[in-house]
Amino acid sequence: MSKLNLSPNLEDTDGFYEGLLNAHNGLKDADIHALNARLILILANHIGEQDILEEALSAASAALKRD
Amino acid sequence: MVQARYQTAFRLYPYAKVADQAASTPRRHPVVIIGGGPVGMGLALDLGKKGIPCLVLDDHDGVGMGSRAICFAKRTLEICDRLGCGEQMVQKGVVWNLGRVYRGEREVYHFNLLPEEGHKRPAFINLQQPYFEQCLVEEIRAEQAKGAPVEIRGKNRLIGLEQKDDHVLIQVDTPDGPYEIEAEYLVACDGASSPTRDLMGLGFDGRTFEDNFLIADIKMKADFPTERRFWFDPPFNRGKTALMHKQPDRVWRLDFQLGWDIDRAAEIDPDKIKSRVAAMIGKDIDFELVWTSIYTFRCASMEQYRHDRVFFAGDSAHQVSPFGARGCNGGMQDIDNLAWKLAMVINGQADDSLLDSYHEERKYGADENIRNSSRTADFLTPRNPAHVLFRDAVLDLVEHYEFALPLVNSGRLSTPCTYDGSSLNSMDALPNGPMRSRPGSPMPDAPIEDGYLLDYVATGRFSVLGINCDLPEHIQLKSYTLPCLSLRSERDVLAERYLGEAQSAVFLIRPDQHIAGRWPELNTLALEHAFETATGGS
Ligand SMILES: Cc1cc2nc3c(=O)[nH]c(=O)nc-3n(C[C@H](O)[C@H](O)[C@H](O)COP(=O)(O)OP(=O)(O)OC[C@H]3O[C@@H](n4cnc5c(N)ncnc54)[C@H](O)[C@@H]3O)c2cc1C
Repeated sequence: MSKLNLSPNLEDTDGFYEGLLNAHNGLKDADIHALNARLILILANHIGEQDILEEALSAASAALKRD
Repeated sequence: MVQARYQTAFRLYPYAKVADQAASTPRRHPVVIIGGGPVGMGLALDLGKKGIPCLVLDDHDGVGMGSRAICFAKRTLEICDRLGCGEQMVQKGVVWNLGRVYRGEREVYHFNLLPEEGHKRPAFINLQQPYFEQCLVEEIRAEQAKGAPVEIRGKNRLIGLEQKDDHVLIQVDTPDGPYEIEAEYLVACDGASSPTRDLMGLGFDGRTFEDNFLIADIKMKADFPTERRFWFDPPFNRGKTALMHKQPDRVWRLDFQLGWDIDRAAEIDPDKIKSRVAAMIGKDIDFELVWTSIYTFRCASMEQYRHDRVFFAGDSAHQVSPFGARGCNGGMQDIDNLAWKLAMVINGQADDSLLDSYHEERKYGADENIRNSSRTADFLTPRNPAHVLFRDAVLDLVEHYEFALPLVNSGRLSTPCTYDGSSLNSMDALPNGPMRSRPGSPMPDAPIEDGYLLDYVATGRFSVLGINCDLPEHIQLKSYTLPCLSLRSERDVLAERYLGEAQSAVFLIRPDQHIAGRWPELNTLALEHAFETATGGS
């Protein structure tokens, strides 16, 4: 049984996405990476559950593989 | 000829010619231990105290110079208490419980490794490895005087071995030339580059970390705190790490990360080291260099720790990075585990299959140590830009948010292994018992009326602990006599660590103080079954 929710779940989809873009505006490449690393760690801590985090890592890696 | 490979700090077992060297057929020994480092000597002491004849062969005549290990963990001290020399070590050592982590010049957090009362031993002592080994050898001498059948042969080097049906044939070189002996069991405690392993053609797989560290043990009069202090990116070693730790005799261990591409010769130059040290401790403090070395590290393990009659213990079986102090501390848990098993099998009290559980349990323990040690190494020595990215993110976040503190990894310091899932455990039969005393765990210490619990079960044999249920003085299981300890406890530390919500409990305790099974009250049938399970029967 998958615990990770991969169905739409955002309260305010467009609002969140807008905020995500805004946070990156005007950043240099290095800072973009740095920001995302911090964001990942903050979100991961909020989720907390190891099973979900592992599934999320796999889901993200799977979505990176192109044929 | 036996050429010295290193300098010795104390000459403790000078070479002497023995009758075995002139024997026309090789003499048979029940247990031969290759290597008289801390692990080999610990094993010899444990076996000797149990009356099992054992012979230690070491290719030097004393303890190696220079300090490697300095941090000895609570569990190691408890094992040494059982062996009779824990007190000497603690007396000589520097006791510490606190670690601090800095970034630049600011402290980012600190941790207490033993944040609770009610333990005889501290989280750690710092003691130079040569002293630790000396304590073990002195205790062996004391036991020998009482008749313990231990023999140590200095300048005896293993040069060949062959497994036969019922023994191992061993070739040994000495200053008077080579000779042969036979061993019923051979335990290789001959260190990370184990000649035993090589002679048997066995592998040692793992990862090497691309980094160099400089150790400078210095002597100085200074009142830095008795804590493990660790720096990320300090002003005196920008972009790298450093460590400062107090040892006995006003000696301090300083450890500097150097990076991978270094000029070794330049870095080991005493003047260069002195300027590094001065930058760290301040220009006005006088000091002298006691010992310096540059080391790299790897995490590696053998696949199998038992090969028929040959066993591997300590660094010969597994190697870790120094940051969690899991090397020697892990090795001491190996011998704690192996000695009683060998003794019971040799005494005919258990089947050979009990010895398989040595590999099962200690490989499990070593995997845990390697996992922890590798994770620390990955934090300290990032291997690619993404690793650097996340490491720096963690260190930045720590300054803003508490959640990131536990992610900072400057070493996960050695804790004893709980043998969850071991074939020697019986099913947990104590409803709502505390997790920390579940089957497989090493007994947590606790204060009792006349001192500390562990001192009362330090018998080196199977025993039974009853809390709030009156046990007889002994329980006889076929030919084995189990001494019993009966204690009362109500809402105290003992209850918290051993009863949880239960009113009473009975524990079967292994000779290494690990818990084999637990029940709410005495049930002789269950106890007998658990004893069989814990001694390798089914
Ligand atoms: C820089 C550094 C810091 C460390 N700090 C810590 C720490 O704080 N805490 C900790 O727990 N661990 C620490 N360690 C690890 C610790 O030093 C080792 O785990 C420990 O020494 C292993 O003991 P051993 O008995 O298995 O092997 P060794 O100490 O290597 O002993 C092996 C013995 O076998 C002998 N031998 C070798 N070949 C032969 C042969 N052919 N015939 C006969 N004898 C032979 C050797 O002479 C030696 O006496 C540290 C290591 C390093 C390098």
